Amino acid sequence: MDLNILSLLVWLPIIGMLGIAFIPRDKVDIIKIIAAVATGLQLFLAILLWMQFDKTSGGIQFMERYYWIPSFNIFYTLGVDGLSLPMVLLTPLLSFLAVFVSWNTKRAVKGFFALFLLLDTGMMGVFLSLDFFLFYVFWEVMLLPMYFLIGMWGGPQRVYAAIKFFLFTLFGSVLMLIAILALYFTCGQTFDIITLMQTAPEALNGVLWWGMSAIKVIWILLFVGFAIKVPVFPFHTWLPLAHVEAPTAISVILAGVLLKMGLYGMLRVNYGMLPEAVWWFAGALAVLGVINVIWGGLAALAQKDLKKMVAYSSINHLGYALMGMAAVVAAGAASGNNYAAAEAGLSGAMFQMFNHGTISAMLFIIAGVVYDRAHHREIAGFGGLAKQMPIYAGVAAVAFFAGLGLPTLSGFISEFMCFVGAFPVFRTIVIIGTLGILINAAYFLRAYQKIFFGKLNEKYSDMPEINGRELFTLIPLAIITFVLGVYPAPFLNVIRDTVSGIIEHVVAHGGGVGIF
Amino acid sequence: MSNLHSIKYFIPELIILATVLIGIIADLFYSKKKSYLTGNWILGGLILALISILLHNLQNVTTLFTDMVALDPFAVFFKLIILIATIFVVLISRYNKEFTDYRVGEYYVLLAIMVFGLFLMVSAVDLIMIYLAIETVSIMSFILAGYLKSERRSNESALKYVIYGAFSSGLMLFGMSILFGLTGVTKICLIGNNLMALEGGANFALMISFVLILAGFAYKISVVPFHFWTPDVYEGAPTTITAFLSVAPKAAGFAVVIRFFHIVFGDSVALQAGTWLTQTEIPWAQILALLAVITMTLGNVVAIQQDNIKRMLAYSSIAHAGYMLMVLPVLSSDSIYAIMLYLFIYIFMNLGAFFTVIAVKNITGGETFTDFMGLGWKMPLVGFVMTVFMFSLTGLPPTAGFIGKFYLFASLIKGGSQFYWIAFVGVINSVISLYYYMRVVKVMYFDGEPQKTISNPILPVTLILLVLATFIIIFGIYWTPLADCVRNSLIFYIGGL
Repeated sequence: MDLNILSLLVWLPIIGMLGIAFIPRDKVDIIKIIAAVATGLQLFLAILLWMQFDKTSGGIQFMERYYWIPSFNIFYTLGVDGLSLPMVLLTPLLSFLAVFVSWNTKRAVKGFFALFLLLDTGMMGVFLSLDFFLFYVFWEVMLLPMYFLIGMWGGPQRVYAAIKFFLFTLFGSVLMLIAILALYFTCGQTFDIITLMQTAPEALNGVLWWGMSAIKVIWILLFVGFAIKVPVFPFHTWLPLAHVEAPTAISVILAGVLLKMGLYGMLRVNYGMLPEAVWWFAGALAVLGVINVIWGGLAALAQKDLKKMVAYSSINHLGYALMGMAAVVAAGAASGNNYAAAEAGLSGAMFQMFNHGTISAMLFIIAGVVYDRAHHREIAGFGGLAKQMPIYAGVAAVAFFAGLGLPTLSGFISEFMCFVGAFPVFRTIVIIGTLGILINAAYFLRAYQKIFFGKLNEKYSDMPEINGRELFTLIPLAIITFVLGVYPAPFLNVIRDTVSGIIEHVVAHGGGVGIF
Repeated sequence: MSNLHSIKYFIPELIILATVLIGIIADLFYSKKKSYLTGNWILGGLILALISILLHNLQNVTTLFTDMVALDPFAVFFKLIILIATIFVVLISRYNKEFTDYRVGEYYVLLAIMVFGLFLMVSAVDLIMIYLAIETVSIMSFILAGYLKSERRSNESALKYVIYGAFSSGLMLFGMSILFGLTGVTKICLIGNNLMALEGGANFALMISFVLILAGFAYKISVVPFHFWTPDVYEGAPTTITAFLSVAPKAAGFAVVIRFFHIVFGDSVALQAGTWLTQTEIPWAQILALLAVITMTLGNVVAIQQDNIKRMLAYSSIAHAGYMLMVLPVLSSDSIYAIMLYLFIYIFMNLGAFFTVIAVKNITGGETFTDFMGLGWKMPLVGFVMTVFMFSLTGLPPTAGFIGKFYLFASLIKGGSQFYWIAFVGVINSVISLYYYMRVVKVMYFDGEPQKTISNPILPVTLILLVLATFIIIFGIYWTPLADCVRNSLIFYIGGL
């Protein structure tokens, strides 16, 4: 295709936003339709991209590269590979559904959808840009609409939640900025991510800053930047608050897409440019992963608010992905070049990223449905809703069971792969991690039981059943969860070559014998 | 160059002087109500001066009036940004309701005299000339800060300003006299050479002289601990003057600081120089770095607690002085480049923020956070542009403020790993500053409800605000023209070395 499909993917929402800007603010329906069309077209393009994507090539495809600021060697570079393609599919899918989730927004509709589309562009840009400067710009641009979306359309504590989110993530990104500049000046004055992957390991080799290896310093700066976004313990405190206060659609985007950027960044940047440090940090990564699993799980168990529980479950779920990522070191000489485990772990992590996107989106929509009707989310405040709203209970069951990792649903496969990959290297950690599954089951089942079984709360005896619009937002996600749970090959085929590329890159630098 | 030959290179300044005279005379013919018309004469003069600068050979490097002032691209760049800032201030002054009960003829005239002083300041290469230029600017600032005669706060600010100003220029003069005693010359390009000849024999005296001179400069760019006048003066002065003081004299102050330190204390050829004068054994770089770090941290931390937006912006301008000062220790052409680029952008965003305060004060009569409450819903356009300015001051893409900060940090990182800690403190400070800038946004949007009717300030004010905001966004996305313009201005007169 001659068309610059990636640019179109990135800028379509902005075109929609400009369209909305010229619509009078009382023409609410037109505004919503524009938002739906823009994200819908984007989804269509993303699917088209997926069809055209060459699964047998581990490299960058559909590359676009133009001069932007020649004096600073800044390019406008977009490209897609197996690492970003799943995210490129997930982003417009969730954005499109989120438009319908927020269809009933009453307050300042024009502003809401304009900012929402800006957010969409920011997210797409992060996943597609292959120039570090461009990446950083998109990364930051995303914060602005998010701040407004939480702060203006959120719940009672929205103002505090919004500024906390903003401060935390900005702190992370400025550390990243220093790391980007350090890489730029030490590795041949380029922001090109692909070039840096080749030059950075050599250029930084042996460089010391204040007695510490430059590789480690940059790794730490980048890691903290990304870890705040994931969020990795102990940087997670902004997340529950932001999730609970944000409107449903924004929670969906936040959990479904934004959290993945942290993991995506680690794989793209930390693993790509500082492969030697992977060997140094993998143990810590696995430990952080298991802390996320246990901490997130226990915290979720203690929640009374459904949405807060789901928020903590995100911390728990992404812990598995961290463990899977740490499994890359299985391919090292020290572990007997166990490539199979490394591949299982890394693909598991990437699969978990995608699955968490669909599953947590469902969970948040489900929490939103009940909130719209009852105006509260106390888990203990309902009861017996299964009789009142059978269809809703059915869909919720899919989401809850996917969340606790039931076989035949996609979450199970990815968690299993993460464990299998990490087991040969981090035996104890994985055994502790599996406890997380139990905790998972405990809080999801407890919540499901309290909400749907037992005696119906009289207050809600006339609660209306889930409506068509809400079902429309849930069904596609449920289908994806189910299909990938039974037949994950379509997903794994797409990422396979990229995964082995990353592993080979990491093994080629350091190789497990340890350079530090 | 001899005095007579210099005249033809001095045309922009002469145009401004003529403008001043015409302004004074014209003002005699206007009644009190019509006195704002003097502003048109001044505006015309400033634009004429702008054109005449652009018509000259911009790449000239020479000195005028027997080595008193330099004519070089560096000075021209600063003259241009000072003129741009002044033109914007003159434009908005007419719509500032604080002046309703006053004759404003002499206000414009004083402003023009100040521009003349600033022009001399950015091009002075002689200690005497530096002092005279700074005094010209200072005295005009004192008068303008106290322009609202019947308002107590304005009077207070003028008085405080005078006391601080007089004291610190006294210190500076003392420092200069010590420097003259050590070296026997007042031309700054010769001072450096003569200092090397001293071979460290007078380090203690040199240290004292350095600190005293720095006091004078630091007061002009409001660096801690010489910043105490800033909040009070910024709060009390007419808002247009606050806006002006926060950009133009600060830019000129930086021009003097850069020129002075590079030529006097820098080693070898200026602008290529990467090292400080070593034989003096004075840790120039560390002293400046420490000052910068303290300045930005104090500015940002104290700004958080302010309830008056003008006062908050005063502390924010202290913090921004710190950001710019933090790259000075690197002493490379990249750091000067970054400062110049930042100043250019800073002028737009800071003027924008203050002009928004004017637009709001014209309607609500106040300038505290309460007056901004729900502004984003009542006056969406003003809310939007203020948001742009706040984001830009924080340094978030895609606004020009980010580009400015990016170049500052880039020059620090390029300087080597010994400067990384400064960059680290700098970025942490950006995060702190986010809190209070976003508080403005929060008050404008989160503390209000959508309104049935919306309003806008009068058209000229709206236009000025929009122009500033547009520049901020355009330079945030594509800044190559700006970067080229700064790069071409990176030459200054270094004397007959």
